[in-house]
Amino acid sequence: MSTVRSSIAALLPRRSDLRRQRLRSAWLFLLPMLVVLTAVAGWPLVRTIYFGFTDASLTNIEGARWIGIGNYFSVLSLPSGATLYDGLLVDPAWWRAVWNTVRFTVVSVTLETIFGMIVALVLNAEFKGRAVVRAAVLIPWAIPTIVSAKMWTWMLNDQFGIINDMLLGLGLIGQKIAWTASPDTAMIAVVIVDVWKTTPFMALLILAGLQMIPGDIYEAAEIDGVHPLKVFWKITLPLIRPALVVAVIFRGLDSLRVFDLIYVLTPNNLQTKSMSVYAREFLFDFDKFGYGSAASTLLFLTIALMTIACIAVGRVSVSGEAR
Amino acid sequence: MASLTLRGVRKSFGTVEVIKGIDLDVASGEFVVFVGPSGCGKSTLLRLVAGLEDVTSGTIAIDGEVVNHLPPAQRGLAMVFQSYALYPHMTVYDNMAFGLKIGGDRKADIDRRVRDAAEILEITPFLDRLPRQLSGGQRQRVAIGRAIVRNPRVFLFDEPLSNLDAALRVTMRIEIAKLHESMAGTTIIYVIHDQVEAMTLADRIALLNAGRVEQVGTPMELYQTPANLFVARFIGSPAMNTVPCVIESAAVGTKVRPQGGNSVAVAAAIPGEAAGSEGIFGVRPEDLKLTTESDAIFAGRINIVEKLGEVTMIYITTGDEPIVAKLRGDVGAKKGDNVGLTAPLECLHVFDHEGTAFPRTLG
Repeated sequence: MSTVRSSIAALLPRRSDLRRQRLRSAWLFLLPMLVVLTAVAGWPLVRTIYFGFTDASLTNIEGARWIGIGNYFSVLSLPSGATLYDGLLVDPAWWRAVWNTVRFTVVSVTLETIFGMIVALVLNAEFKGRAVVRAAVLIPWAIPTIVSAKMWTWMLNDQFGIINDMLLGLGLIGQKIAWTASPDTAMIAVVIVDVWKTTPFMALLILAGLQMIPGDIYEAAEIDGVHPLKVFWKITLPLIRPALVVAVIFRGLDSLRVFDLIYVLTPNNLQTKSMSVYAREFLFDFDKFGYGSAASTLLFLTIALMTIACIAVGRVSVSGEAR
Repeated sequence: MASLTLRGVRKSFGTVEVIKGIDLDVASGEFVVFVGPSGCGKSTLLRLVAGLEDVTSGTIAIDGEVVNHLPPAQRGLAMVFQSYALYPHMTVYDNMAFGLKIGGDRKADIDRRVRDAAEILEITPFLDRLPRQLSGGQRQRVAIGRAIVRNPRVFLFDEPLSNLDAALRVTMRIEIAKLHESMAGTTIIYVIHDQVEAMTLADRIALLNAGRVEQVGTPMELYQTPANLFVARFIGSPAMNTVPCVIESAAVGTKVRPQGGNSVAVAAAIPGEAAGSEGIFGVRPEDLKLTTESDAIFAGRINIVEKLGEVTMIYITTGDEPIVAKLRGDVGAKKGDNVGLTAPLECLHVFDHEGTAFPRTLG
């Protein structure tokens, strides 16, 4: 193959000149974007990773000293002879944040997928005023998270919140619940609001997948006499799987770095503290900039690994489909 | 193995009526083609038979049993779609077996039927492939295979060849004809907009226009004795020459004078009171022959000569409309020549001013 290509290239020198010229102009077009990305994404990332290996503090960033992996893991030998382990990897609060984040991601993305699928199936059906409903469904997604988090804070308020009022009125609860403050319900509250906010996004991506399915396939299934539920499991679901996988990956990665919703809705709640919230606390509240940077780096690594894994799994499923 | 009867079938979408009362009888084992221009309602009519659309009024009966309210699957028919409508994520085998598995047939039985159909359609080597790994013609075979395994009472084809290239279309057309022969007794309804395909495949053609049946008959009936101007112009290529004419004498010794032409005797039963009125005269391009100007129905100067090898088309202008003649071989006519054209008595058609054909007096 390569020998064929090189012999063709030898036969057509002009063509390879043209190719080189095209490559050059391609890079030229890419250059501005690369510069901007390096400045706003690359450089801060490198700095964060660097600070993760220093003892930097907010008041003295320039005077940061290199301490190796001390922020991640260090062994302290006390004069008394006891050994102390220190650092992010042995910090139970960090692992609690990791657990919170993962739990939040799994539960909310699962619920969003289910509800998003239902909404998408409804929106895919023909009915009057479909365009209006489609637009209306997107409203939760369009509201800035801070605004919707504040809104829900009031709705979930233990004294004045409408949710408690309604549940009491229906007789579903005996007394008012401090949704966002109580350790038992804080995570539930966060999941409810996140599901409310991002289900439209899920629905939209799934709807796009549904609309790619040609209608006559359903007619063929009708003539084959396939029960509607079976049509969903055997035809609709396999055909929208690529769109579904993309949507779940998007939402999953988004959820792993959840910050604003939790920061506003349930501040200082151990049950809901996510990795991002944890990192921010150390970066700015506790003035341990180096330690916070190390946490940010770990969060970045987690998301990067998940992304790579998702892409790999996605490829496998695609080639599995092709057989 | 089933007859199909349509009685007063109408279908409206909102306020638009697309099928305007159709009566049709299809005998068991017959190959009937619905043909007509785009938007004539032929595909809608097929979908009504399939049960994919509900009739607004009228009845559809299969083997005498009214099926109006039966869902598609219970009507005992199979359909081949224009776009194949294969399940893209299933192998060829699964595409064909899916409907049977749903129907709860025995596994060994399903396997045998799928493999038999694959054998007939010569797609056995592709059973493990996905539709996207097949060519258009192969996909169409799979779609037909999916229909065959259902062992349907009635086969419905919705423009099955229109997505294929011209050469493949001819091959598949012959295969479908062979298939019909091999499945003796299977009733086939076939929708197509291409009249050549209709002529070659059909036992009978139902020519539809604007939601109505213009004429039902064998291909040769439609070609030789079109019931009206629409049928006359639709069947045959190039289309029949039709020019206004004056009916000079009727009842006995019928004669008409086409616009821009000479008076000519015709074999049409025109009632006496029509004498002197206007009608429409028609003659097919392939029925015209060169003759002397004095014997001609039409005489004039040749505007265009098209030499296609097997035939030569010449266009002459005599009245308002150009007259086309399709002559066998190379006739040696040149642009600018003055020629006369005539045709045998049995090839002349006369229609009244509304376009309905006068009955013919020859057999």
